[in-house]
Amino acid sequence: MATTKNEIDFLLHLADNALIIGHRNSEWCGHGPILEQDIAITNIALDYIGQARNLYQHAAELINQHTDKIELTQTGKDISLPVTEDSLAYLRDVVEFKNLLITEIPNGDWAQTSLRLFLLSQFQLELFTQLLKHEDPQVAAIAEKSIKEISYHVKWSQDWVLRLGDGTEESKRRMQNAIDAIWAFTGELFIQPEYATAACLNYAAIQTAWNQKVSAIFEEAGLVIPAKTFVQKGGATGMHTEHLGYILAEMQYLQRAYPNSEW
Amino acid sequence: MEQDFEKIFQDKVDREIRIEPKDWMPEKYRQTLIRQISQHAHSEIIGMLPEGNWITRAPSLRRKAILLAKVQDEAGHGLYLYSAAETLGITRDQMYEQLHTGKAKYSSIFNYPTLSWADMGVIGWLVDGAAIMNQVPLCRTSFGPYARAMVRVCKEESFHQRQGFEILYVLSKGTEAQRRMAQDAINRWWWPSLMMFGPKDDESPNTIQSMKWKIKRFSNDELRQKFVDVCAEQVKVLGFTLPDKDLKWNEERGHYDFGEINWDEFWQVVQGNGPCNKERLDARKKAWEEGAWVRDAALAYANKKAKQKQAAA
Repeated sequence: MATTKNEIDFLLHLADNALIIGHRNSEWCGHGPILEQDIAITNIALDYIGQARNLYQHAAELINQHTDKIELTQTGKDISLPVTEDSLAYLRDVVEFKNLLITEIPNGDWAQTSLRLFLLSQFQLELFTQLLKHEDPQVAAIAEKSIKEISYHVKWSQDWVLRLGDGTEESKRRMQNAIDAIWAFTGELFIQPEYATAACLNYAAIQTAWNQKVSAIFEEAGLVIPAKTFVQKGGATGMHTEHLGYILAEMQYLQRAYPNSEW
Repeated sequence: MEQDFEKIFQDKVDREIRIEPKDWMPEKYRQTLIRQISQHAHSEIIGMLPEGNWITRAPSLRRKAILLAKVQDEAGHGLYLYSAAETLGITRDQMYEQLHTGKAKYSSIFNYPTLSWADMGVIGWLVDGAAIMNQVPLCRTSFGPYARAMVRVCKEESFHQRQGFEILYVLSKGTEAQRRMAQDAINRWWWPSLMMFGPKDDESPNTIQSMKWKIKRFSNDELRQKFVDVCAEQVKVLGFTLPDKDLKWNEERGHYDFGEINWDEFWQVVQGNGPCNKERLDARKKAWEEGAWVRDAALAYANKKAKQKQAAA
């Protein structure tokens, strides 16, 4: 049963990552710097919302099969059973969300947005590749579908890191500023959450691959990794920045204001 | 000579042969199309904003995904239409410039605010519905690139309209609060939707020439009447009402009679005094201005890469 509990928490962790980064990217819709890129980032947001749905749906399925053993919330507010993708997304509060901090920090400018996506999607590509070997075939199937999208996210965001890093003086300065601002949130990517117990997972290997790829792109773009910085962590266990509360207040508003309604 | 060209041109139009970008065309035809297509493109881009306003607040993950896809479609429509207009000898940047300085217009409907989730339903049902009425005839418009762009636009718009109606249908079966929300949205959007067909025929200066050139195939009032007739029936399925006490079936005409549109409000909004004119335009200008360094960098990078490639060759 501990295994099931762990798998559910891990699925929620992945789903929350996808939902929150999807939310942040969707904030650009209608406000992008170039029409084609507005379409691209909206499409990326849409991919992430799709991934979040697959993951929440599977988590909901497992929760509903094991209702007697699973504590749904920490805040004591009941989510009624059976749970759904929507009750998991819309009725949990900040401390129950398990997303990485890097997904919830504000978009900043185009440099910060594309850099964040590059660092995150590169990590997700490695992680989801390991999940192809997950013992739960449903998780492996979701990983397989997601990898197709994430590979595009990596390519799209990597191109922007190169373009901005090696574009104009201003774009280089902005990209370097973005690195300096976000770097402290990258260490958390490689801290294996205690519920991430699946046998296929190897976070040390993810970190090694990630370091190699990120360093190579930074070098090509003439960008510098900051000297040792403090690692901001806690998202995966519910310790968030203040930003997440505002994201949820906005996202969950209708479900909270009009409870028990169909939409 | 010019007269011969003009005769050949009109003859082609009359025989329903599409005019293509490299064909000779009267300068006024070209200008009319640039005005109309760019206005249409701007409407798609500005139109992303009122619905974009609800993406982060969509009430379910399914609704969020649908809304994102829909707003993304609108960006895509803007893209085809800007490209169609570019074949007439104007650049996208020039068109943006005209939008940002207020020289080019866009559909006034997007100067109204989206206040509740039900507005997403009503925009799909009424606003996209009115757009479809206007746009289906444009699939046969005389200028080839515009007609072809519109075929694709119309396919996606009819999906948008269905999803809007479905949002309202679900609300109509929902709680009392949800039904109130939906009726309120219909009340706010009904009259502005009727205004989308433009001024009355006798006050629409461009109509006669545009019909001769087959840019336009039905008059504003004809299309408006068709829209009223359709909506008056559809609203019954939802169990809501349209906010017009004069709306009544006229057996003799075979159409619904409807009340007088507030044309003063129409012209006020066209002239920039609608509730959101300033916000909408400011949002676009901000995106453009704050994106300048990104576009500069992309261009500089592309030039660098091209040079490196040249040097290597």
